[in-house]
Amino acid sequence: MRSQLQERTLGAEHIVGLGGSSWKRRKLVLPWLFVLPALGLNLVVTIGPAVGAIYYSFTDWSGVGKATFVGLDNYRQMLQSSSGFWSALAHNLLYMCFFLTVPMAMALLASSLLAPIRRGAMLYRMGLFLPYVLPSVVTAFIWQSLMDPDLGLGSLIARWTGFRGLAQPFLGQPHTALPAIAFVDNWHWWGFLMVLFLTAMQGIPTDLYETAKIEGASRWQEFWYVTLPGIRPTVAIMILMTSIWSFLVFDYIWILTQGGPAGASEVLATLVYKAAFQNFQAGYAAAIGLTMSLLAGVVIAIFVVLRWRGWEI
Amino acid sequence: MLRTLQSKHLRLLPNYVILTLLLVFALGPLVVLVFNSLKSAAEIGRDPLGPPTQALWSNYLRAWEIGRFSVTTRNSLILVAGTVVGVLILGGMAAYSLARLHLKGGGIVMLYLLVATTLPIQLFLVPLFFLWRHLGLVDNLFGLIIIYVALNSPFAIFLLRSYMLHIPSDFEDAARVDGAGEWQVFTRVIVPLSWPGFLTVGLVVALSVWNEFLLALTFLTDEDHFTVVTSYYNFTTQFSRDWSLTSAAAVMMIFPIVVTFLLLQRRFVEGLTSGGLKM
Repeated sequence: MRSQLQERTLGAEHIVGLGGSSWKRRKLVLPWLFVLPALGLNLVVTIGPAVGAIYYSFTDWSGVGKATFVGLDNYRQMLQSSSGFWSALAHNLLYMCFFLTVPMAMALLASSLLAPIRRGAMLYRMGLFLPYVLPSVVTAFIWQSLMDPDLGLGSLIARWTGFRGLAQPFLGQPHTALPAIAFVDNWHWWGFLMVLFLTAMQGIPTDLYETAKIEGASRWQEFWYVTLPGIRPTVAIMILMTSIWSFLVFDYIWILTQGGPAGASEVLATLVYKAAFQNFQAGYAAAIGLTMSLLAGVVIAIFVVLRWRGWEI
Repeated sequence: MLRTLQSKHLRLLPNYVILTLLLVFALGPLVVLVFNSLKSAAEIGRDPLGPPTQALWSNYLRAWEIGRFSVTTRNSLILVAGTVVGVLILGGMAAYSLARLHLKGGGIVMLYLLVATTLPIQLFLVPLFFLWRHLGLVDNLFGLIIIYVALNSPFAIFLLRSYMLHIPSDFEDAARVDGAGEWQVFTRVIVPLSWPGFLTVGLVVALSVWNEFLLALTFLTDEDHFTVVTSYYNFTTQFSRDWSLTSAAAVMMIFPIVVTFLLLQRRFVEGLTSGGLKM
């Protein structure tokens, strides 16, 4: 499969005796020289501190000064019910349930509706994707205003219809804070999923749809038996990534409620942040951070095991 | 034929209806934002969702001054430019090595990069912060650029590598026969030929850096070093009741993003969705 030029070049090298040891060294060392800057930088910024985190999680380090070894104390403190760890974890899991369902359903719906459209397809694609490119602070502000009980959408609806149900201070109430945050995050996120699924759908061969039509399949059947299996790998990857990311969410919770009111929307990431930068408990924060990674690792492990067991994911 | 045209359109009508409703859901809030940016605070109090009776452009001037946009925009631009340049050079070199230079152990490097992208920031954020403080790199734009370059490189490497793999090797071979060193092959042959990949990576990284919140919040503590995003965060907590100001500031912040996005949509979407399981 080599081109003639390549053959001649390789032959020439051999004849001219360039197959010496300095050429070999160049062949081995040079590629690494090209890779090392990026690789090295990444190692210094991620792995180095990550290993440090493992070590510090077993100490009482405050971020400055000495770090005394305290064994499993941080972990014991974390696992007590008074630490807020368990309710934060529960919130992360609720977040996961939300994000594995609502945005997925919306994205699957919109992409399957958009796939057969020609006229105006670009308008819909770009318009529905646009919220995804906005910074979280702006999205948060937009929806904080819209969710305002006096000046938001809810009060407008109340004025028009008398229905006051949507004019609540969603972000200020313990039982509606987390769902409200999830709603805002969803507004930002689902367009990305939609375009991803749409792109995947465009890879499904059209004769599969034609066969379905000939066999008299309804729209739903078409979706369930042709579309969905056709994009299965993409959906599977996004289920995996969503599950992992659910343990790591930070931005919207921090901007909208900082974990409040009274821990009603606290998540693991906000616990880490507060412990490290507000309470000067860097060792404890490292312990929570490590736990978060372990949880993400468990998700990956489940995925790998299912795959190994033959589940076609 | 008339009948089939009608039935085809009728069949897609529910599609259009639902999609349009979703479009209103997606873009409606942005329209309201623009409306509010042109109203006075009093008018917003009376009519929080409708169009302005008179466009109050002075809101933008006030927001620019109070939000210190000249300083923060400059900071954000420095971060974006520094990171994009760093990522394209370092990532491009690494991608070239993995795609073309038959790196021994390249598979392991790729695996490491894959794993590195799944590591949660919270795991290494705390020690990284204190390490950076020890090195004097906290509250320092350059220090943050280093972190951004490190974190964005794996994605860039994957994307650029796949672009480079598609270039036929004849061009490099010709250059090598002509006596070009590897660096010259890289800069004069590979980079020009894979420029769409570089552009796509540049756009995705630029967007990611401009919008970034957690690291900018943690690592930049002095007001003069704030980015557009973190200063806006302070802005909204300070001026939480003056929506005319905060709306105007928000529009100014997202305007460059939206314009760039509309002009270069395809590249953005392609870049964000292909390797983009990162944002």
